[in-house]
Amino acid sequence: MKDRTHLVVSAIKDGTVIDHIPSADLFKVITILGLDNIENQITFGTNLESKKLGRKSIIKISGMFFRNEDINKIALVAPEAKLNIIKDYVVVEKRIVNIPDTITGIARCVNPMCITNNEEVVTKFTVVNKKDVKLRCHYCEKITDRNNLQIIS
Amino acid sequence: MKNLLNNYMMKNRSLISINDYTKEEYLKILDLAAEFEKNPNQDILKGYVVATLFFEPSTRTRLSFESAVNRLGGKVIGFSDTNTSSSTKGETLRDTIRTVSNYCDLIVMRHPLEGSSRFASELSTVPVINAGDGANQHPTQTLLDLYSIRKTQNTLENLTIFLIGDLKYGRTVHSLLIAMSQFNAKFYFISPNELKMPEEYKIHLDNMGIKYYEHKEFADIVQHADIIYMTRVQKERFSDPIEYERTKNAYVLRMNMLKDVKPGMKVLHPLPRVSEINLDVDESEKAYYFTQALNGVYTRQAIITSILGLK
Repeated sequence: MKDRTHLVVSAIKDGTVIDHIPSADLFKVITILGLDNIENQITFGTNLESKKLGRKSIIKISGMFFRNEDINKIALVAPEAKLNIIKDYVVVEKRIVNIPDTITGIARCVNPMCITNNEEVVTKFTVVNKKDVKLRCHYCEKITDRNNLQIIS
Repeated sequence: MKNLLNNYMMKNRSLISINDYTKEEYLKILDLAAEFEKNPNQDILKGYVVATLFFEPSTRTRLSFESAVNRLGGKVIGFSDTNTSSSTKGETLRDTIRTVSNYCDLIVMRHPLEGSSRFASELSTVPVINAGDGANQHPTQTLLDLYSIRKTQNTLENLTIFLIGDLKYGRTVHSLLIAMSQFNAKFYFISPNELKMPEEYKIHLDNMGIKYYEHKEFADIVQHADIIYMTRVQKERFSDPIEYERTKNAYVLRMNMLKDVKPGMKVLHPLPRVSEINLDVDESEKAYYFTQALNGVYTRQAIITSILGLK
């Protein structure tokens, strides 16, 4: 089984592997990182077995390396995600993601009466609870949590 | 030195949320409001133009701000109804604020959308005072409430505050709770089940080590109160109209309930009142809500002059 997984999501020469993404949130991660708008070769697998998550997804992006502040954005939906940086088929660095203190322009405010849902305003949140992912809207001050988190595509 | 620093820090800074000010800054505003109460008519705003932008009507708040500015010799421009403003033509808030901030030294705004004032303060070239953004914040109301409490009790420390009525949606009670929690208040929350104080505020009080009690009625406990803060229980807040009919009378304050209260106890209400305070209470020396509204003028004079760096 393990071998087949590796067969489906094949190895890359240089680039980034993002592992341990919750299966349900694979496409959110793709949106957050803007992977749907780039030319690089990308392979992904989803609904793979995971001891930690039950089912996980994995994304392999050839020829692309991320800055910490960019990759940390996915912590909102994939806080357990792990990154392997690959150079010449070898893992040269492993990284975990950290939820940043503030989130700009990724998530939608849960409050329909918030100005950000009624006029063109870039959303901004303070992360008030990193463990449970609770975001306080900079504008309307309401809390958006993981259960009602919507990613702006 | 501390005063100088405070003045410096409040100058040109918008007031959007009660969380924008520290305890020291609340007290600075209250001290200044007391000065204006002694001498409300001065010329310090001469040559200044304040814009009052009321995207939804709020006659009381607007008149209070305009009275505050007029008594200090400033001029007021603005609108109080979006039918007469450019937003009916589809202008965005962004454009309205960018334009109007060219015409004035300070913007006072009320808007139905939450967060609109914070957004405006980021676009405006002049400071913005939030006069209510939907159900979110109305910080000048909170400061005038603090002024009224301190004036009647001679202190803000260690008081017992009864918050009665709609504690779920009432922004004034939420902001007052946040502000008074810095003065070691004790709270009694009295509301129907459907309109209880939200958990997040109780967690805030727990974190600050502040005591609170929840009740459904208050006739038997009212003797503990230093301040009774009444709010309107609105029928439309109830999912079950029968529940409303059953409970509405439990949240009406009547004269005969005030027999055994503390001598210095006062009744506050952000107004407008509908039927939650019986008219017979108006004649009692415990009734303070109309004076509370007058205090709003002095408090707003203090806020405006601090932000403009004139006091």
